[in-house]
Amino acid sequence: MIDLRFDRVSKRYLIPHEAENHGSSHPWMRKLRSLWRTPREFWAVREVSFEVKRGEALGIIGHNGAGKSTILKLLASITAPSAGEITINGRAAALIEVGSGFHPELTGRENVYLSGSILGMPRNEIGQKIESIIDFAEIREFIDIPVKRYSSGMYVRLGFAIAAHLEPEILLLDEVLAVGDMAFQRKCLDRVRALRQAGRTIVFISHDLNAVEALCDRVLLMQRGEVIADGPPGEVIGQYKALATKGTTSPFSGIGAVREWRDLDVRGDRVVRLRRVRVCGEDGATMSAVDIRHPVGIEITYDVLEGGHVLVPTVHFFNEARLHVFGVLDLEPEWQGRPKSAGRYVSTAWIPGNFLAEGCMIVDTDVATLAPFEAHAYEKDVVTVRVFDPMSVDSARGEYTGPFPGVVRPLVRWNTYVSCDGSRT
Amino acid sequence: MPPDTSIVYTPRSEASQSIRVIRPASLSLTDLAGHVQSLTRHAGLIYTLSEHRIRVRYKQSMLGVTWAIVQPVALMAMYTMIFSFVAHIQTNGIPYPIFVFTGLVPWTYFSTALTAGTSALVSHSNLITKVYFPREILPLTYVIVGLFDFLIASSLLAGLILISRVPVNANILYVLPVIAIMTMFVIAMVLILSATQVRFRDVGLGMPLLLQIWMFATPIVYPLSAVAKLPRPLGWLYRVNPMVGMIENFRRTVLQGMAPDFAILCVSMVVTIVLLPVAYLYFKRVESTAADVI
Repeated sequence: MIDLRFDRVSKRYLIPHEAENHGSSHPWMRKLRSLWRTPREFWAVREVSFEVKRGEALGIIGHNGAGKSTILKLLASITAPSAGEITINGRAAALIEVGSGFHPELTGRENVYLSGSILGMPRNEIGQKIESIIDFAEIREFIDIPVKRYSSGMYVRLGFAIAAHLEPEILLLDEVLAVGDMAFQRKCLDRVRALRQAGRTIVFISHDLNAVEALCDRVLLMQRGEVIADGPPGEVIGQYKALATKGTTSPFSGIGAVREWRDLDVRGDRVVRLRRVRVCGEDGATMSAVDIRHPVGIEITYDVLEGGHVLVPTVHFFNEARLHVFGVLDLEPEWQGRPKSAGRYVSTAWIPGNFLAEGCMIVDTDVATLAPFEAHAYEKDVVTVRVFDPMSVDSARGEYTGPFPGVVRPLVRWNTYVSCDGSRT
Repeated sequence: MPPDTSIVYTPRSEASQSIRVIRPASLSLTDLAGHVQSLTRHAGLIYTLSEHRIRVRYKQSMLGVTWAIVQPVALMAMYTMIFSFVAHIQTNGIPYPIFVFTGLVPWTYFSTALTAGTSALVSHSNLITKVYFPREILPLTYVIVGLFDFLIASSLLAGLILISRVPVNANILYVLPVIAIMTMFVIAMVLILSATQVRFRDVGLGMPLLLQIWMFATPIVYPLSAVAKLPRPLGWLYRVNPMVGMIENFRRTVLQGMAPDFAILCVSMVVTIVLLPVAYLYFKRVESTAADVI
């Protein structure tokens, strides 16, 4: 049985022309003109067709602006399609934001009724479930004070407790699992799994590929408003990663795997000039996406203009949260205490496999004299390294596929021995 | 974390069906029945939202529900001062305070519902972009809150009528259809204005001025007989104002014990009956893309 059907659905947004400043005309005239000029069109979703069977969990992934959220808004009836037809069989509830419809002046209890009604729960059903909701949110002692006095954690817990008690036949989820701490996220996932086991249909939109993979039977990959892949999670997520490594989704957008400087754009001082920095694999090929299990090199090419200095190339790694994860100095014995004469040099720092965490790292480089310290060519945000885990069991993850926090992810040696044989006691 | 067993979802039966088809927005009268039907399914939400609006409004105020009568009473005092002592308006022997209060009570209902209802969509933009429910519920709840306040103010009016021994007869029952028509007219206005405000915030900015003009174009502070001598085009325009028939007939039935003036009531009725479905369709049309532009 088909629960959801998209039949050649398109959604067009009209972007009104800004009241542009043409010459010296009066601002009112410009506003009037912008009213009758045809607005610019933007097709967020183009002729998308798909079906979701009853009990199926469908994930939708794609870059920001690919049309994922628009699909969810169309499914949730928040906005109407511009063309095509959507068929929904069953009571659908969209969870686009936890705590939708809370009013700060009302107490927690009153807000349960308010938010519950807005999310489509009948009043008598709320009455039956309110005790369970309060327990689930773990805020019994605060339930009769206005939610404006709640901590953000209590607010989110109450919001989710209401959502968890909805019993939609079709659940539409948008990135809600991304709020709250780890324990809360796990609680959310558990609830969604319970719904799945009860045979409810789920549409889940997320950037968290691990969650999508863990939860969904099928995944759609969207790009520029069109579905470009539809299939089992592993396959489609692999395609998405291949797409992502083309560098279009980097949070450090515009910074790639290679950076070169021409003569007109010199970096450095009278001693050192930077020529090129790139990210490379073991085979020496430039690469922006690195398998977490393989070593990655940061190669710095630089000209020494003034000979006689002991120069130490340096590389610093920062993660997406701008945390300085670590820095490395070239301390190889070959060049220890040995001044470099004028000429071109290529130094590569090798970061071992199974050491960096998944995600995007940005690299600063320098060529410095250490004692007394002098930075000759410090350059910020030079290249980015994107580390991905192919989820084959030989990385530091083993068979675990869930969220894996931490700024580095070394694969370390473990040692376990039987200290007391249970059969003897 | 301890395992959570507080919720057990019941499995969904294979056979259950409730098919809904969403198509691009259209403007046809045949959709109207569907809209009304879906609205009745959300009666619980209308109730809850209206109840909470009333609660929130009085939650942090000291006078509480008495605020519902403060406005018409204060206006009554002020207009009595101006029109009774300064301008000497003739009110056919009815004491001016009661005369003006009888006009102000329904007018306050109309104007507060209109003002609050007009911003209903814009002030809930975070809800509109995140959850679906029939959007007309938002302006509707403001009309319900206005009606609630109106009932409170009406009880004060009833007290005043009793104290001042104004004779009351069966004609007072005509007040019910008058209020019903007025409520439908307010709903129509609020649907149009709140939908228009999604794109043009000027509507909200213009409301105070519009209501001020509208109030003086309605027989509230003066009797209808006072405008009998308006010059031709103006007099004609005056009678098209649907509020004239409602306020005047409210006063006739409540205060003067007369049957309604059916001629002017007809104007109000025709305007309302034509306007309401048009307003609803227009609102639904705007609703389909409101989340995109709000």
